[in-house]
Amino acid sequence: MAENVKPRIRVPNNAKRGEVIEIKTLVSHPMESGQRKNAQGQTIPRKIINRMSVTYNGKPVFEAKLEPAISANPYISFFIKATESGELAFAWTDDDGSVYKATQQITVS
Amino acid sequence: MARYRKILVVASTILAAGLAACSEEKPTSTADSGDPLAQYRANPKYAEFMSGEKMSGYVFASPETQAMQDDDFENPGMLAVQDGEAEWNRVEGAAGKSCASCHGDAAQSMKGVAVTYPKFEPKRGKLASIEHRINICRTEHMQAPELKWESKPLLGLTAYVEYQSRGMPINVKIDGPAAPFFEKGKEFYETRRGQMDVSCAHCHVHNAGRNMGVENLSQGQSNGYPTYRLKWQSFGSLHRRFEGCNQEVRAATYPRGSDEYTNLELYVAWRGNGLKSEAPSVRR
Amino acid sequence: MSPITNLAREGLNRRQAVALGLGGIAAAMAPLNARATPESARKLLSDMVKTEPKAGKVQIKTQEIAENGNTVPVTITVDSPMTDKDYVKAIHVVADRNPLPGVASFSLNPASGKAEVQFRMRMAETQNIIAVAEMSDGSAWTATREVKVTIGGCGG
Repeated sequence: MAENVKPRIRVPNNAKRGEVIEIKTLVSHPMESGQRKNAQGQTIPRKIINRMSVTYNGKPVFEAKLEPAISANPYISFFIKATESGELAFAWTDDDGSVYKATQQITVS
Repeated sequence: MARYRKILVVASTILAAGLAACSEEKPTSTADSGDPLAQYRANPKYAEFMSGEKMSGYVFASPETQAMQDDDFENPGMLAVQDGEAEWNRVEGAAGKSCASCHGDAAQSMKGVAVTYPKFEPKRGKLASIEHRINICRTEHMQAPELKWESKPLLGLTAYVEYQSRGMPINVKIDGPAAPFFEKGKEFYETRRGQMDVSCAHCHVHNAGRNMGVENLSQGQSNGYPTYRLKWQSFGSLHRRFEGCNQEVRAATYPRGSDEYTNLELYVAWRGNGLKSEAPSVRR
Repeated sequence: MSPITNLAREGLNRRQAVALGLGGIAAAMAPLNARATPESARKLLSDMVKTEPKAGKVQIKTQEIAENGNTVPVTITVDSPMTDKDYVKAIHVVADRNPLPGVASFSLNPASGKAEVQFRMRMAETQNIIAVAEMSDGSAWTATREVKVTIGGCGG
């Protein structure tokens, strides 16, 4: 489990039905690429967040598969169409198997 | 190794060419006439990022980098502020206290504090950065161990304390007991060093606004520190930046938290007195 | 004693010894020089998307010159109504001169509303970002954008 991995999400609290809204995510993670060497010349093993999955009231709405070319502290933004009030659930999967989660309620009127 | 030598040769050539016309006292470049910073002065959007002749590093950043700083959500430096808030409230040490136990709500107690640092600290008999002062509080009042410079908790706490002064003008004192340390910092700033044999002033005073390669040289102001640096892909302290600058001119570096860098920090902060504090900023 | 002198002592003349020595060094360094090429980037894309993509519909918005190659903000937008009948299924992004060509793949569906993603990527040197959008009707569209990545002014 990577230490101090803090996911942040920005979701508008309210949206009109049918409105297309932007979701922003930022998670602190070094995204160790597997290209770097330590002071002894040994390759530092790769350890990145390789996937971010988002569901909207349980239905998959967005997924990102990430490679080491993504910068540290990955920032990803995308859009969803606001159709109903409910919960957006985010899960970030680490190479080591850990899953970091966050949820956000959204009110659609 | 050959690649590094090639970079050094290229960089030295660019640096030498760029500074060729620079005398010790005044720049006398024949390549341009007038003020290389004029392009920024003229832009009204930068008014709040300037104070007289002084210009924040924000002004020299690309629009995308500025946008990253402008939005508290997109600014990765705010992750450090979040860390710091957690640290502030964490009970640690034999005295069973947290920062909050003595200082309460940081938004009240720390407002205006960071912009007066570094300052003369009687307990040290010399200057203290915010980081030094935090460690004095920890050891003396919390009976907790010192935090290492550049560690996540210390960076977080520094960011959190700085954040409480965001938007306020830098206001360090250089008179009274701080005076001899200020003079040392000034001397460091103006001393040539390294294989490239240049001083801080050569780039940041005599050539601010001119290009070295593709990079537009800034005034080297510290009002945005600690900062999220795109190159580091992480949040870091001003002393880390000093270390980088010294390495880049192939000069010996000093430890982060050293007297040399703390004295330099006072001089650099004084150069930016009047600029608004932007910590946590985003820089390249 | 240097390996080259050793080889010279074995009876090779100096020139032959140096060539062998350099060849050895080159072989040892080969993994360090391995990186993506336009061909390997294209191959990765064609592995992911079977249909040959056509130019169009995809826009890559990014810096012309990266402020710093370690953190380059990129926005990919695909022109699509994002309806149940006509939407973007996936956006794949590769870089053609990084140590490895893959960057990211994004899965979308009609619930996305708009086919636009933004992210921050690492770029080791001046190179092309190539994006391919897979559509619900099986078609594929692509765009390419070059980003210049420089060494900092004083080599830092």
